[in-house]
Amino acid sequence: MVTHPAGRAAPLGIQLRAIRHGYQIGGAFKPVIEDVSLDIAPGEFVALLGPSGCGKSTLLRLVAGLEPPHAGQVLADGVPVTGPGPDRIVMFQDPTLYPWRTVRANVALSRDIAGRRDDAAVDAAIEMVGLKGFERAWPHQLSGGMAQRAALARALVNDPRLLILDEPLGKLDSLTRLTMQTELLRLWQNRGFTVIMVTHDVEEALLLATRVVTFSPRPAGVISDVSIDLPYHRHRDDPRLLALRREILVRLGHSEDW
Amino acid sequence: MSGAGTTQAIAPAGKPTRTHARSRPALRALPPWAAGPAWFVAALVTWRWPDADDFPDTTTLAGLFAGIGVALLAAAALRRLSARAPWMIALGLGFAAWELVQAKLLLLPRPFFGTPQDLLDVFLTDWKRLGDSLLHSLGLLVVGYTAGSVLGIATGVGLGRSRRFRYWALPIVRLVGPLPPVSLLPLAMVLIPSNWLASEALMALGSGFPITVLTWSGVAAVDPAYYDVARTMGARERFLVFRVALPAAMPQIFVGLFMGLGMSFVMLVIAEMLGVKSGLGFYMQWAQGWAAYPNMYAALLVMSLMCTGLITILFKVRDRLLGWQKDGLKW
Repeated sequence: MVTHPAGRAAPLGIQLRAIRHGYQIGGAFKPVIEDVSLDIAPGEFVALLGPSGCGKSTLLRLVAGLEPPHAGQVLADGVPVTGPGPDRIVMFQDPTLYPWRTVRANVALSRDIAGRRDDAAVDAAIEMVGLKGFERAWPHQLSGGMAQRAALARALVNDPRLLILDEPLGKLDSLTRLTMQTELLRLWQNRGFTVIMVTHDVEEALLLATRVVTFSPRPAGVISDVSIDLPYHRHRDDPRLLALRREILVRLGHSEDW
Repeated sequence: MSGAGTTQAIAPAGKPTRTHARSRPALRALPPWAAGPAWFVAALVTWRWPDADDFPDTTTLAGLFAGIGVALLAAAALRRLSARAPWMIALGLGFAAWELVQAKLLLLPRPFFGTPQDLLDVFLTDWKRLGDSLLHSLGLLVVGYTAGSVLGIATGVGLGRSRRFRYWALPIVRLVGPLPPVSLLPLAMVLIPSNWLASEALMALGSGFPITVLTWSGVAAVDPAYYDVARTMGARERFLVFRVALPAAMPQIFVGLFMGLGMSFVMLVIAEMLGVKSGLGFYMQWAQGWAAYPNMYAALLVMSLMCTGLITILFKVRDRLLGWQKDGLKW
């Protein structure tokens, strides 16, 4: 594994080549992704934006290696992805903590799978997301925001080269969401991994990402690919951001609704 | 009075106060110190009222009642007796009534209804055979039930995780599982040379079926996202089965283990009454043959204690393993 100057694993670049995918539903084949090609450079923060049910989450599953695409290729640093791997960690919309494990044991999950203990890394991850003191709590004792933080710690403990986020903040209340957005951004800036994040919130995409890729309704195809070269911290009421927001909403077919 | 009431009302709800426990009227009427005297009444009736017939161990029984009375008084004085006090009072008075009705007045037909001293006499004179029977029953039960549990959990996990296993195993499970294991007894006794082995096999089959079905349903209901999380971190099938599927299905598996245990009790008694020449079931059969009803009652009592003890152990294990659940049934 390539190592960063900071001692961390180098971020991963992802190449999607003419991806087609679909599901067998009721005997008929329903295409979900139609000819998607994307190049994601190492260290980028890419937001995938599109109407709900358009196949963005499916695309993430392909990148994670949870499913092989029907046609086309998923490459990680030029090497075909054949299955899931610990350098590409997924964070789902639900925290999906294991209810039978304490917060600490949940965060330590990837270490258990790898069969090596690393208490220092687990403690550091817990401290980083602000859950110190809750190590021994059961998941059902956590609030939604705390559970999602624990899931974030679980993802980060492994020092991933790519963080795959499937609407991870979608179910949080708006205040918790703001805090988590800031934290995600800080982590990405400090740790330098690549981020691919699915969201249906245009504002969130514009606040966080270096690049926003917009998808058409199912079957998903890329309809716009915009680089956001605005400096951080970005402000919600920045006129340039508002202009981009309008442009993206128009592309999504919401010219009147914003 | 309103002052005290107000203080109670605004006291923090988290702290359970003693007033709370005492305020239930049904329990307040039975104070802890009354438990000892209730047993003294039983002792006195047993000791002073002449027996209607020549019963064994009357004086020993009176001494036993008195001893329990003294122990209960001491417990009440040390404030170790509060929740159980009403039950202890009822038990003491119940023994007194039983003693009166049967040993002193002979109101119920003998020999089907024994006296307390008859029962005590069985334990005093036949404890060795009773204990031996208990050990044999426990041995038979533990082997068959353990085999059934392992078989059931393995089959359930296989049904839940593997399409190919399900294709081949499900028809067999559906054909054999619902069959009451008793119906296989005549066949098993012929096919399997040893009665002991036949009984164990049927007990494993009987307890294995509910465990299989509930493990399967538990494994099938595991959120697929749990597998995805582990898989993205590089988990292999072994981890997915033992560290994800099994713990996630554990609440369901314990329901199956509970039902399977009940089924193995049934099979135990049937096996011991029909084929196996030892154990509590066999003892009961023998006692009935000799019209030794006190022995039968004693064996029933021992068996009931054994069954409830095993279920208690199962629930203790469950409480330990499922401490992460928000709430659970307390046995």
